[in-house]
Amino acid sequence: MSALFRNLVRFGRLLHAAGLGVPAGRMIDVASALDHIDIGHRTDFYFTLRGLLVHRRQDLPVFDEMFRAFWREPRQRPPNNLRAMGRQRSLGRPEVVLTGTAPDDEARDLPETDRVRPAQIAATSYSAQDALRAKDFAEFTDDELREARRIVAAMRWDLGRRRTWRRRRNEGSEPDLRRVARENIRYGGEPLRVPTRGRASKPRPLVIIADVSGSMERYARMLLHFIYSVAEGERRVEAFVFATRFTRITGEIARHGVRDAPLVARHVPDWGGGTRIGDAVRTFNVQWARRVVSRGAIVLLISDGWDRGDPDMLGREMARLQRSCRRLIWLNPLLGAPGYQPLTRGMQAALRFVDDFLPAHNITSLEALAAHLQGVSAR
Amino acid sequence: MLASIDELQALLERQLYIADRGLATSLFLALKLQRPLLLEGEAGVGKTEIAKVLAAAFDAPLIRLQCYEGLDVSQAAYEWNYARQLLEIRLMEAGGTVDRQAAARELFDARFLLKRPLLHALSGDNARRPVLLIDELDRADEEFEGFLLEFLADYQITVPELGTIRAETPPIVVITSNRTRELHDALKRRCLYFWIDLPDFDKELRIVTAKVPQAPRRLAEQATAFVQQLRAAELYKQAGISETLDWVAALVALDRVELDPAVVDETLGILVKNQEDLQAVRGDKGAHLEELVERATKG
Repeated sequence: MSALFRNLVRFGRLLHAAGLGVPAGRMIDVASALDHIDIGHRTDFYFTLRGLLVHRRQDLPVFDEMFRAFWREPRQRPPNNLRAMGRQRSLGRPEVVLTGTAPDDEARDLPETDRVRPAQIAATSYSAQDALRAKDFAEFTDDELREARRIVAAMRWDLGRRRTWRRRRNEGSEPDLRRVARENIRYGGEPLRVPTRGRASKPRPLVIIADVSGSMERYARMLLHFIYSVAEGERRVEAFVFATRFTRITGEIARHGVRDAPLVARHVPDWGGGTRIGDAVRTFNVQWARRVVSRGAIVLLISDGWDRGDPDMLGREMARLQRSCRRLIWLNPLLGAPGYQPLTRGMQAALRFVDDFLPAHNITSLEALAAHLQGVSAR
Repeated sequence: MLASIDELQALLERQLYIADRGLATSLFLALKLQRPLLLEGEAGVGKTEIAKVLAAAFDAPLIRLQCYEGLDVSQAAYEWNYARQLLEIRLMEAGGTVDRQAAARELFDARFLLKRPLLHALSGDNARRPVLLIDELDRADEEFEGFLLEFLADYQITVPELGTIRAETPPIVVITSNRTRELHDALKRRCLYFWIDLPDFDKELRIVTAKVPQAPRRLAEQATAFVQQLRAAELYKQAGISETLDWVAALVALDRVELDPAVVDETLGILVKNQEDLQAVRGDKGAHLEELVERATKG
């Protein structure tokens, strides 16, 4: 084994430690590729390695860093905290730790209706479980939270299916000519049996955009569990959270199980910060909508509408979002409070462009949402 | 065929394609290692163009497979010619009794096979490796990627009724994706990967002067500077190189030698194709547009 190949293998291990998937045997490809280029030419060497070892745009910066660290100064040892660098790459800035309770000054910013909790909803319930179903997420004790998670995890989500353009055997009524010819040879070409084919269907994709700013904090954890429970199964779910910044958490949700929901909170840089809903929706529209809101997606926006941004902009961006998806649903935990009126200017501007405006403050409301989604898809 | 990356770069440049070193290296290796090249990047950065240029440079046939949702084997690879098969049965009947075994052998013969782009791409010979462009693969369903795996790994297609068809000479394969969804890892592993960025000012100016040589130098510079500014603004849809080229060509057709707000306003639709973006660029009563033009013409 040549010194170069040994180094390549070592470099491959580094990349692996940094979270870049380098398939086994790939280094052999690299070695044979290097036969074709002038290794003394640093740029060519770099692009050769990059072309074969990186397959996603988001991995490029990590690769560059590793490449610089490993190949520039051979005497120097590579940075030893590679695993941390890799984590940083995939998770953004992982420093913020979820505290659990809302700071007092945040609570002061809340509308009056949000602090006065209605007692009458609970009074109509019978058993402990029913009481739990009607209880506002914000008032859960830790035990209740655990129980509620169990209920939410067991909920079934049916967003319906959409027809695809792909054709499948034995579906629909269009004759499948390939099989007509093949299966009727035995009858001397007389088309006695006419196998069919037709358009297949796929589960409808779902996009969830959740507000995790200070005023939403007491709901955010429960809603995260809700996102997890919807995301399970074959359905394609894209999830984003925002406070002051906008973060995609689809990857985190796929990586960790439902149990680790609080982990995600730790990877979101500004969990519990202030909100600019308009900015968040705009970021989504510009950077993500084209990539994730295709193929008849339903979009769920979860927020209390407590916006500190420009209401006109929020209206404009909501209008655009509504045009690009099949159905836009706004879930507002405050809607569960009697007497709540969506009066903030931001909500007023946004509501014109929302297909459904629904509560999401207790389990009953989530169950109602599940039923509603089923109705939507049946249409 | 090609000895070095420099040679390839020069070859592309003769076809008026300005490739930076990274792209040229990836392409060179794709040719040498006989692997597909997967290109990603914003719309209009020249992903599709590279395949056309390669075909022209090597004087090879270009076979294009445009992907779309619902694309399946019968449209991408091959299909049996049912009409002819059924006719053939009639002819057999007319000629006497039909022996089922023999009929099946006869009917599923290469004669009755309709070649679609992928199968076509396997029929190259040593003299001319065809260039196969699989365009916008992200638009096809994930199931189709599964089918492509066999093709891309071994350059072969298995037709159940006929057997495996292998390429004598593997085609040069270029795959493009706009990233409307992430492609499957297994597929990516078979490819060399390159992300094409939108060009900086110098590169874009070189492209403009190469592709629209009749544009006056001053106009080319100003137009390029203007487009670069547009890209810095946060628009829903950024202008690609192809838009820049169309725009400069339009300005030349209008006999312009430099930019002014009026002509930019008239032709803005070539660069910006989205109502909200148009409004954002024009600004209040065209004020923002004037500012942009002024900055582009000053530099």
